[in-house]
Amino acid sequence: MKFTEEHEWLLEEGDLIVVGITEYAAEQLGDIVFVELPEEGTQVSKDDEIVVIESVKAASDILAPLDGEIVEVNSALVDNPAKVNEDPMGDGWFFKIKPADLSPMKDYMDDAAYKDFIGE
Amino acid sequence: MPECFLENHAGLGFGLVMTDLLTTPLHALHLELGAKMVPFAGYDMPVQYPAGIMAEHQHTRAKAGLFDVSHMGQVILSGKSWEEIAAAFETLVPMDVLGLGEGRQRYGLFTDPDGGILDDLMFANRGDHLFVVVNAACKADDIAHMTAHLKGVTVTPVTDRALIALQGPAAEAVLAALAPAVAGMTFMDVATVEIDGAECWVSRSGYTGEDGYEISVPEAAAEALARRLLEHPDVMPIGLGARDSLRLEAGLCLYGHDIDGDTLPAEAGLTWAIQKVRRSGGKRAGGFPGAEAVLAQIENGPERRRVGLRPEGRAPMREGVELFEAESGGQAVGRITSGGFGPTVGAPVAMGYVPARLAAPGTRLFGEVRGKRLPAVVEKLPFVAAGFKR
Repeated sequence: MKFTEEHEWLLEEGDLIVVGITEYAAEQLGDIVFVELPEEGTQVSKDDEIVVIESVKAASDILAPLDGEIVEVNSALVDNPAKVNEDPMGDGWFFKIKPADLSPMKDYMDDAAYKDFIGE
Repeated sequence: MPECFLENHAGLGFGLVMTDLLTTPLHALHLELGAKMVPFAGYDMPVQYPAGIMAEHQHTRAKAGLFDVSHMGQVILSGKSWEEIAAAFETLVPMDVLGLGEGRQRYGLFTDPDGGILDDLMFANRGDHLFVVVNAACKADDIAHMTAHLKGVTVTPVTDRALIALQGPAAEAVLAALAPAVAGMTFMDVATVEIDGAECWVSRSGYTGEDGYEISVPEAAAEALARRLLEHPDVMPIGLGARDSLRLEAGLCLYGHDIDGDTLPAEAGLTWAIQKVRRSGGKRAGGFPGAEAVLAQIENGPERRRVGLRPEGRAPMREGVELFEAESGGQAVGRITSGGFGPTVGAPVAMGYVPARLAAPGTRLFGEVRGKRLPAVVEKLPFVAAGFKR
């Protein structure tokens, strides 16, 4: 699993990357009450704001970590946004992206680097 | 405008703010309880505790929540007699102060020469003096305003007391266990009550829509009192985040957001706070800053009104969201001034200003969120019925 500085986790699953937010991010955001997901089939570019999440505190965006196509979204979150807080690293995943090029993955942090990044 | 602790941010970046912040007498306790601290009105304040905003909000509505509101300004106005103090205070507020009975409190507003609201406040008749509680972000200006304009009155900021609010349906039982006299108080009563040997100035009021108390306690006794209250299984510490969602559901204004210097009382839906004796035709009509504009707006009806709004979907409509009459085209007709998720309502709730012709409950408007116009329906305030003990 890799991590971005925007507190996303990226998990390789075959030729897809599953994307969610880290436990640390979920905790910082607080209770999540709204999730807006992109449409499946959307072509995205790295750093596009593709998911909107709103907690009781504020609205935040999740950025596309790579160029590619959104092939699947976790639509269960729309009716149950609290799932992100309950299981951010598992059932709380947001989308699966089919990257045009996997090579940018090597630039993202590994577990140890991310822990260091958040000061744990 | 008060510093905003609910700032929207792009991306998931979290920064640390390190400035010279003031602290309240309960600061060490907040840290010990694991609070997430944020700067608010110049103070380092708890925005939430480990339970989180949602749980804190629900707990306050179900049982009792303890809030540190020591950042607010407590001020004593003294003078030759209650009548002289009250008459002087009436020159700054459009409220009936002279008619306020001893041991009673009222909601008030400072107005400016154009009738705009300088701050909202609570004031109480405590026999030989008037006790005023003002917003933290406005307190320096309010104290200067009172000192400059209240003739024959001594304005004394109270700087050696904390202010603790205990709110929720269990508040009476919890506080009465320590001070039985508080059970006999009704909504907006004030009294001096000894709690664990400390002289407390207690009012039966709050900012959540629930029954409860606000307790001014000597700073040296504040932490012990807070700990004593928190020992009760029904009491949970509550941060500014839930304080905001509770007051929003209760339809209460947040100064600097729902009311400010450009807002007159009538359009803000606060005409009820201006007693008849101070309105046109009343015995002591006018005589406060901006009286002409304030009273004219009451008589003629405002062009815009503060209303409650219920977004139909799940997306919260926050402060700054513009309101439109139609799903496409046209100019913005209004704006959200407070909004978020209402944990008790279980859906997003908001307040904002709309033209008077669109202010009737049931009117369907559209709020523009991230470029999309989403429906929201005007709803009567409050969103959650008040639990006051009248």
